[in-house]
Amino acid sequence: MLMAAILLLSALVMYVLGWRKALAASGGRTATLHSKPRYHAWYAALLCAGPALALWLGWQLFGTPVLRWLVGAQLGEAYAQMAPAMQSFFFDDVARLAAGLPSNGEPTELMRLAAALWARFEGLGRIAFMVGAASLAVAGGLLAYGRIAPAFRARNQVETWVTYGLLLTAAVSILTTAGIVFSVLFESLRFFSMVPISEFLFGLSWSPQTALRADQVGSSGAFGAVPLFAGTLLITAIALLVAGPLGLLAAIYLSEYAPPSFRAVAKPMLEVLAGIPTVVYGFFAALTVAPFIRGVGESVGLAVSSESALAAGLVMGIMIIPFVSSLSDDALAAVPQSLRDASYGLGATRAETVRQVIVPAALPGIIAGFLLAISRAIGETMIVVMAAGLAANLTANPLEAVTTVTVQIVTLLVGDQEFDSAKTLAAFALGLLLFVATLMLNVLALHVMRTYREKYD
Amino acid sequence: MTDLAQPLPAAGFQIRPRRLSPEASRARTRSRYAAEQRFKLVGLLAVLTSLGLLALLLSTVVLQGYSAFVQTQIRLPVALNAAELDPDGRRDPAALAKADYAAVLNDALYRLFPEVTERRAKRALRGLLSTGAAIQLRQAVLAEPGLIGTTAELWLLASDDIDQLFKGFVDRSSAQADRRVTDAELGWVATLEQTGRIETTFNKWLFTNGDSREPELAGVWGAIVGSFYMMLVTLCLAVPLGVGAALYLEEFAPKNNRWVDLIEVNINNLAAVPSIVFGLLGLAIYLQLFGLPRSAPLVGGLTLALMTLPIIVVATRAALRAVPPSIRQAALGIGASKIQMVTDHVLPLAMPGILTGTIIGMAHALGETAPLLMIGMVAFIMNVPAGPLDPATVLPVQIYLWADSPERAFTERTAAAIMILLGFLLLMNLFAVILRQRLQTKW
Repeated sequence: MLMAAILLLSALVMYVLGWRKALAASGGRTATLHSKPRYHAWYAALLCAGPALALWLGWQLFGTPVLRWLVGAQLGEAYAQMAPAMQSFFFDDVARLAAGLPSNGEPTELMRLAAALWARFEGLGRIAFMVGAASLAVAGGLLAYGRIAPAFRARNQVETWVTYGLLLTAAVSILTTAGIVFSVLFESLRFFSMVPISEFLFGLSWSPQTALRADQVGSSGAFGAVPLFAGTLLITAIALLVAGPLGLLAAIYLSEYAPPSFRAVAKPMLEVLAGIPTVVYGFFAALTVAPFIRGVGESVGLAVSSESALAAGLVMGIMIIPFVSSLSDDALAAVPQSLRDASYGLGATRAETVRQVIVPAALPGIIAGFLLAISRAIGETMIVVMAAGLAANLTANPLEAVTTVTVQIVTLLVGDQEFDSAKTLAAFALGLLLFVATLMLNVLALHVMRTYREKYD
Repeated sequence: MTDLAQPLPAAGFQIRPRRLSPEASRARTRSRYAAEQRFKLVGLLAVLTSLGLLALLLSTVVLQGYSAFVQTQIRLPVALNAAELDPDGRRDPAALAKADYAAVLNDALYRLFPEVTERRAKRALRGLLSTGAAIQLRQAVLAEPGLIGTTAELWLLASDDIDQLFKGFVDRSSAQADRRVTDAELGWVATLEQTGRIETTFNKWLFTNGDSREPELAGVWGAIVGSFYMMLVTLCLAVPLGVGAALYLEEFAPKNNRWVDLIEVNINNLAAVPSIVFGLLGLAIYLQLFGLPRSAPLVGGLTLALMTLPIIVVATRAALRAVPPSIRQAALGIGASKIQMVTDHVLPLAMPGILTGTIIGMAHALGETAPLLMIGMVAFIMNVPAGPLDPATVLPVQIYLWADSPERAFTERTAAAIMILLGFLLLMNLFAVILRQRLQTKW
């Protein structure tokens, strides 16, 4: 942080110096310069601090992993046999030990050794980084300062830099996607080396609670994810049964019938449903809807689980109403007025026009909206974490407790984890599935929109 | 319906007109109009049902949470014995801070209810007050050492069960085993009520305290500060990156370039990735690869920045597209370079739209919970964080944690925290709407 501040300060100094030199070179008449003084100033500042700041960022991000790799390579077998997640925790302790902070528990011999190595390598790395950054800054600053002259095309130089900078920011999205794929894929591959992929995808039993010791009963754990898929689909189906009709009919009413004043109020109010945080829906589902459904069920003599799929599904349905309604609304609005006029001209009523002309014409958009709503429901986490169960039941009864993919990801990764177990890795495999499933739904929605949309122009 | 006797020839298809009597025709029209009315009614009902569900959701939260904004306090005559609190008599703050205030409070309670003598009953009596009452007393004494040696009348926090009882959430008629307060406690509270020694006041602790295991001491301040640091990190990262990416794609990117298409598809897909997957990314990349600290707002902000990025990019692109080409042509025409055109003309004109999109993206990030569970922000943290690297929790996660607690007092606080969170979101959205209306130019 201090280094970055120093670099920014030197950039400021170079800015002022560059400005002065450009002014001096112009002899007081800035019109003789190719570029305005501020571009010379920017050029000097950028060349001085830009590369050095990039180095600083690299050191901040990759310093720790590189140090870990270096120290780990010196530690030998005892370290190499640790699981990656365990290594991460090991190094948290090592870094604390090396910095002289109180550590969790008594440090082992290996830790002391690692801490000594860590301190040495970190010191070396820091010096190397500082020397590198300082020489880059000085070299860049000198180079830029030397170049400032009336004929120097500073503006073009700066603008090239800025354009590349913008390209870099656009590339961050690709880096993010790569990061997601990298993080879920690698751990998933390790998981599939422990549990065969066929067992994961088609197994009917899910109980990831592996025992702490290998000789305990039930130590193997079962990783058949079919009950999770079934639970996810059950809750999604219930949600869609709520949101589908409500959202579509609301969109039809708002776009075809409602007077403008009503529409102006009701449409933003519906959108509010999409802006409410999901944790609020979770609270509503767990503390209001679930007990209510249980009470109603008991009064008519039905056994209802207190974490029934119905409660989670209903509330999730409320959540996705605005997705269905606003996407359907867009699709309905895109149907040209001429179609409506033609239908009215034939003597059809509004309802007949909606049912037989407008909805069929808008169908691709409506279906795409439903697909996006499904994708949203599958990936939704907080409602099901708070209101659905943990036990993996393979059932189609909405009154029983089911669990979902997202619930299992959260339970497997939150709280005390046994690292290196198939359990934590399973969460990443589920994450990969979730990512692929939502991606496919989105691609499908886009495809439906593009392929089947009627062209009216 | 005309009386067309002959089917149309030669057209390749045949229309067979049905002959309807005038009555049947009228009946059919009536039924068609009735169907029309029904359809319209069903649509209206769908809208009203959806809005009704929204109202139900909000009113449930308000009904469950409004009572958390007040807190029951008990007024006790506390004998602040100098020999007990300050044996040296020097009023040294360090010595005063160490004195046993809980014992002082217990004595005060025993004196108020001298009829309680049995050991277990005494313990129950001590349970009238919160464990935070001793801290309150210590603060009062430290703030005003002159109280020592006197008998001060002090308002002190009641325990959560007494709080719920006094607010009327305990069914007094039910059997003793079915409620969390005993008959003896009911009697003591009734006595306190008659003597005017118990009342509810505004619950300032809800706004100033961090998390706690005791509901009456738990507050949202720690979570609000944590949310603030996290949003700061998100803002500093997502806005430059998002606006930069949008500028590149709208103004600089070559058309029909495969890489540019790839970036566009990527951004659209990122917008649809479930938030929990971003949490997995945070766990695997930020925590395990880069070795950043767990539970820190910094990591939460980094994760949410990636999540809000697509929202900001999409909003910024829309705002840039809304700036008419004539502005760009005019700028270029008077000799501006492309960058000058963007920074001096397009960007300032698109600013209201960019700001609106940013605020909406930030509101989205403020309400997000699931990815933060993955990066360890669910830890129980009492301290208010002092910086973005301290362990912290954020408002939505605090809501999640409290919702899990069985005590009714925590349920009440959960709903209150939801109201606070919704309040923040409402403010942000209102601000966005006002900004849009005030600053947006119509071309």
